[in-house]
Amino acid sequence: MNRKMLVFLSLVVAFTMALAGCTTPTATAPAGGGEPAPVQTVEVIKTVVVTVEVPGATAEPPKPPPPAGYGVTLKTVQERGRLICGVNSQVPGFGFVDSAGNFSGFDVDYCRAVAAAIFGDPTKVEYRAVTASERFTALQSGEIDILSRNTTWSLVRDTELATNFVHTTFYDGQGMMVPKDSGITTLEQLAGATICVQTGTTTELNLADTFAELGLEYTPAVYENPDQTFIAYAEGRCDAVTTDKSQLVARRVVLPDPSAHIILDVTMSKEPLGPVVRHGDDQWFDIAQWTVFALFAGEEFGISSENIDQVKAEATNPEVKRFLGLEGDLGLKLGLTNDWAYNIIKLVGNYAEIYNRNLGPDTPTYIPRGLNSLYTEGGLLYSPPFR
Amino acid sequence: MEKSQLTRRAIPFWRDERFLRFAAQVIFLVLVLAGAAFLFGNMVTGLQKQGMALGYSFLGQLSGFDIGEKLIEYSRSDTYARAFLVGLLNTLLVSVLGIILSTALGVVVGVARLSTNYLVNHMARVYIEFLRNIPLLVLLIFWYTGVFLKFPRVKQAIVLPGQVLLTNRGVGIPWGTPGEHFTGFLWFLAAGIGLGLLVGIVLTWWGRRTGRMPLVIIWSLLTFLVVALCGWFIQPSPPLNADLPYVKGFNLEGGLILSPEFMAILSGLVIYTSAFNGEVVRAGIQSVSKGQVEAARALGLRGLQSLRLVIFPQALRVIIPPLTSQYLNLAKNSSLAIAIGYPDVFYVTNTIVNQSGRAVEMFAVVMSVYLLFSLITSLFMNWYNQRIRLVER
Repeated sequence: MNRKMLVFLSLVVAFTMALAGCTTPTATAPAGGGEPAPVQTVEVIKTVVVTVEVPGATAEPPKPPPPAGYGVTLKTVQERGRLICGVNSQVPGFGFVDSAGNFSGFDVDYCRAVAAAIFGDPTKVEYRAVTASERFTALQSGEIDILSRNTTWSLVRDTELATNFVHTTFYDGQGMMVPKDSGITTLEQLAGATICVQTGTTTELNLADTFAELGLEYTPAVYENPDQTFIAYAEGRCDAVTTDKSQLVARRVVLPDPSAHIILDVTMSKEPLGPVVRHGDDQWFDIAQWTVFALFAGEEFGISSENIDQVKAEATNPEVKRFLGLEGDLGLKLGLTNDWAYNIIKLVGNYAEIYNRNLGPDTPTYIPRGLNSLYTEGGLLYSPPFR
Repeated sequence: MEKSQLTRRAIPFWRDERFLRFAAQVIFLVLVLAGAAFLFGNMVTGLQKQGMALGYSFLGQLSGFDIGEKLIEYSRSDTYARAFLVGLLNTLLVSVLGIILSTALGVVVGVARLSTNYLVNHMARVYIEFLRNIPLLVLLIFWYTGVFLKFPRVKQAIVLPGQVLLTNRGVGIPWGTPGEHFTGFLWFLAAGIGLGLLVGIVLTWWGRRTGRMPLVIIWSLLTFLVVALCGWFIQPSPPLNADLPYVKGFNLEGGLILSPEFMAILSGLVIYTSAFNGEVVRAGIQSVSKGQVEAARALGLRGLQSLRLVIFPQALRVIIPPLTSQYLNLAKNSSLAIAIGYPDVFYVTNTIVNQSGRAVEMFAVVMSVYLLFSLITSLFMNWYNQRIRLVER
């Protein structure tokens, strides 16, 4: 009996070792792209001189093979038939879900713009509400294709988290909100206070930095999501609440008594908010980036969803014609169709339309454009040329 | 005469039951290990494709964030490792206190459930049924936002006699800070404990000898108290200085301040687990056969005496295993503290993952922490269970 067991065990071990040895070690393969096919030596037997008329075209230099990961995301999204977008669900004006389950907001409209660019249909998006804690893991693991959730661009996030930040869509700053009857107007008056803040955000770090710089003591009360944070603030658990100013404005709207709270006139940090994609797929990054620029350019050229057909019919400016796909093949270079920008503006709108729809004067979450205007109007929105 | 066929023919291995059983186990183990290796390799490949590597050196980086409640010194210029330690100590505090309190409350609830008093019985029943059917997260959030956050603001604090302040920033309890002669007092306390034990041993011996057991525990406690009080008043100045809580600016200062998050998580966990513990205790007590109770009565033992001397020791053997599970549940449920803002180890892990991006490493660590704590608890409980089990001849 023991002999049989021993024989069997040794057979199993030998089998496992053989299996392990035979499997190609994919984990150790170089991550950086396929190597060119092995060079074959061919003997030249005969040299033949052939004169052929080549019609005009100049020979294009051979293109280097694209790096691994290039084009993977676009192909996956197109095969799936819809874009999966990570958004916020608790900040009115940016990412909010209403009682019927419909998502709306500034960041949500960006997702629709990308979907319009890829599919020509802004409804082909599946929204995933992600919390601040899980948003990056969801992006890294491939759970979502793009993260559009008022995420601040920072160096550590750009490097450590293996993400690429697309151009900023909303320039914001961190602010502080206090009850009006507390009489607080400056940060110094908050010495020794308890301040509500959300976990997993740059806000947490900025708060620590700012108060350390001012030499003030404070106690953080940290919560998992915006709802919990603002409930605690509304109940008086803390003396102030801090987050991006845009979020303060948006969340004040849903507080029990919005007029009883004021936002201090202090900006504690720079918070450039924008969409985020993973490392590794440059084509996807280009698509996400140039969608943002298309929104800027739409407003710069004066093209909106209302007049786009007319502009298209009467366009004379070569850049506008390239933008709308009447000339050139800009869309094809991105891996999309040539009417990608046309679809974005027609079906979703240009930057001004998106902004006014979500954060404009007619909405409860009105934020003056400030830095979020075109460079020609003193803001920071500047699109590279479409050529 | 023929040679009797006593030699057994060897069973071929494909029909040998023992071998087949052994082979099945080995094959299963190999399959499980292969599956785990595949998943792990898949994860490593995925991470490498993203350009991220596994490693724990990031724990030495500066954390940059503050933690609201801590048992040890910590500031934002400390490392991630120290932040993790702070969270770990917070979890241990809540778990240990929770286990002790929920056991005590569970015993009370379980015994009440068996009471012949109609009101007590049914109140316990309502308590148990209600708490067992609410998800703990819902209970915690309600407990926190509906009870502890509704305490009055600091400026209008409720002051209970004994200078206990109730506010929604925390409950302030008078505490003591060690004065000059604190170490002297500690010596007196040690002497008191020693004397109390001595008195206990002597009285037990005397009781065994004469057959009439005096009130051992009461006499021991009395000796300890007398010695402690002597030690207190003999000192030139009081060893502990009273530290009373008071309102200062935004917050409470002085005394022992318990934050609403801590009180909510502790009381929520204790109340929730005590309902389960009550049922466990009730099951244990009911498992003792009725004959034992009748025999105890026949011997002249009164209610509480029979409970203490006859019923409970036997009930413990049935109570300990499910009680162990409840302790482990409590320790793991303490991770829900993230929902109400108490900085336990899971919450700190979450923040570290967000700031450093190392999800895999950090979650491996926090899972090992919970696993370790659970294993230690169940190890101890199993040892205790072994000790009190019925030794059958």
